[in-house]
Amino acid sequence: MLKKLDSEAVKELKIKSANVRFKTVELIHNAGAGHTGGDMSAADILIALYSYMNVDPKSKNSCDRDFFIMSKGHSAEIYYNVLAEFGFLDYESLDTLGSFGSEFGGHPTNNIPGVEANTGSLGHGLGIGVGIALGLKRDNKTNQVYVLTGDGELSEGSNWEAAMSAGKYKLDNLTWIIDRNYLQISGKTEDVMPLEPLKMKINSFGFEVYTINGHKYEEIFEVLNVPFFRKPKAVIAETIKGYGIRDGENIASWHHKVPDKKQVAQMEVDMKSLIEEIKNG
Amino acid sequence: MGKQKLREVFSNKILEEAKKDSSIFVVCTDSRGSAMIGDFAEKLPKQFVEVGIAEQNAVSLASGLAHVGKKVYVVGPASFYSTRASEQIKVDVAYSNNNVKIIGISGGISYGNLGATHHSLQDIAFMRSVPNLDVIIPSDANQMRSIVDDLLRNEKPTYVRVGRGAVSTIYNQNETFEIGKSRVLRRGSDIAIFVCGQLLERALGVADLLKNKGYDATVIDVFTIKPIDKNTILQYSKMCGVGMTIEEHSIYGGLGGAIAEILIQENPIPLYIAGLPDRELPNGTDVEVFNAVGLTIQELTNKAITMIKHKKE
Repeated sequence: MLKKLDSEAVKELKIKSANVRFKTVELIHNAGAGHTGGDMSAADILIALYSYMNVDPKSKNSCDRDFFIMSKGHSAEIYYNVLAEFGFLDYESLDTLGSFGSEFGGHPTNNIPGVEANTGSLGHGLGIGVGIALGLKRDNKTNQVYVLTGDGELSEGSNWEAAMSAGKYKLDNLTWIIDRNYLQISGKTEDVMPLEPLKMKINSFGFEVYTINGHKYEEIFEVLNVPFFRKPKAVIAETIKGYGIRDGENIASWHHKVPDKKQVAQMEVDMKSLIEEIKNG
Repeated sequence: MGKQKLREVFSNKILEEAKKDSSIFVVCTDSRGSAMIGDFAEKLPKQFVEVGIAEQNAVSLASGLAHVGKKVYVVGPASFYSTRASEQIKVDVAYSNNNVKIIGISGGISYGNLGATHHSLQDIAFMRSVPNLDVIIPSDANQMRSIVDDLLRNEKPTYVRVGRGAVSTIYNQNETFEIGKSRVLRRGSDIAIFVCGQLLERALGVADLLKNKGYDATVIDVFTIKPIDKNTILQYSKMCGVGMTIEEHSIYGGLGGAIAEILIQENPIPLYIAGLPDRELPNGTDVEVFNAVGLTIQELTNKAITMIKHKKE
């Protein structure tokens, strides 16, 4: 559990991020399918969470663990890679992704070590997280619950049903993080179905809401460390779809575009150079 | 023969059990009155969750509660759970294997005059096609109590549908039932009648009328739609050579469909499927609608005799 960051810790996390993002792009290329854009935007949030949360691959079902629900289940490839990076899976096992009989499908299931809920159909994760948080609270337990949703996902009305109940039950053990990359499969979220003023909306459901840069570890850790004010916490993490992919950032069509061989090679070069820059910076 | 409301039987039973087991939770969608679960909410508030009129959230939230060890009973109108929350039942409960029991109340056409929005005549068809989901349609109070005992012992995702009005008590008190094992109430070799839910009483009436006319019918209460008791169904369908199903569900995809799927593959015999027709139903009480669509003892008996004669030809 990493709760506070110094400059060395930030460097380590950034290097981890570069490595995991490259491995994810390579994995999607090899599998021939994946949700590349949203994988990249969620990368730093996931790495920060798995560094921060009380989770341990050696006792993954511990009653004392924190709970993470990956509501945006389509970002499975980055999720699998982060689980591997934090010791829940062997990296080699991911090579089966996309092949017949693999336990690694395009959306995660709880057959996979470390995965708490089967997700993929959008708008389910927050409700599940609310149930977990409420169950823990009723037992006077202190475990924390984290839910990551996408932003396009928020058109699903079930999110708002869940948000109402989180507010009603003052779930001060629940943190809802929104991967706010402003894009979804058909284009800009504000064109497809406007979400703004998102902060005000979520606040009106009974959450304390924060907006951060979802690629800055200092900001993610700071918001995770903010105490609860007897109500649930929501974090609008502003991110870049396709983060780190040259010519692939902020482009809706990268939602599930599969990088070709040349793009993977370019990503490798870029990530190596980024890692050098981080080390020297 | 007394009458009891199964939703009341459930609420009394679950309250009694939850007093002894604090991991039993009830989730409700502004349906405390119709589910008759108000006592539970008052007496065990820490085990009760009200989410308002939001069936989808009720089921997802229940799955989260189950994930941290709660035995969760989601109680509300069968019509809304089986359609609006069907995806949450499929994904969050069944696919994710969470110990959540959906208790669909006022099922079938028991909301009567409230109309098609409130009827659940497609629920069996959907629920039985979802992997890892048991489907139970109890027919009387004593069976209901026994089934709740079974639900508390197992951890299987389950859908249970009960009606709204009081139904006649068919079984003896303390009689026990096992999920996956149907109950044979009459044994006769002329026709096998498969039935579930409150129409069991009418099916027994059909058997009595057939007896008066010189025919012996088998009557099987297939309260456990899934897992279905294939052995018993095959045993009696072989003995009788002709069958009839009676249910408070669309004639498509319900008990009739389930029985037909078994018979067509292993013992093809003529089968008449009696249920609600594939059209808009008239407003009325459940009894009035049953009578209007041919689900009367007399009309079902006539059909049964036609089937028996057809077999003999």
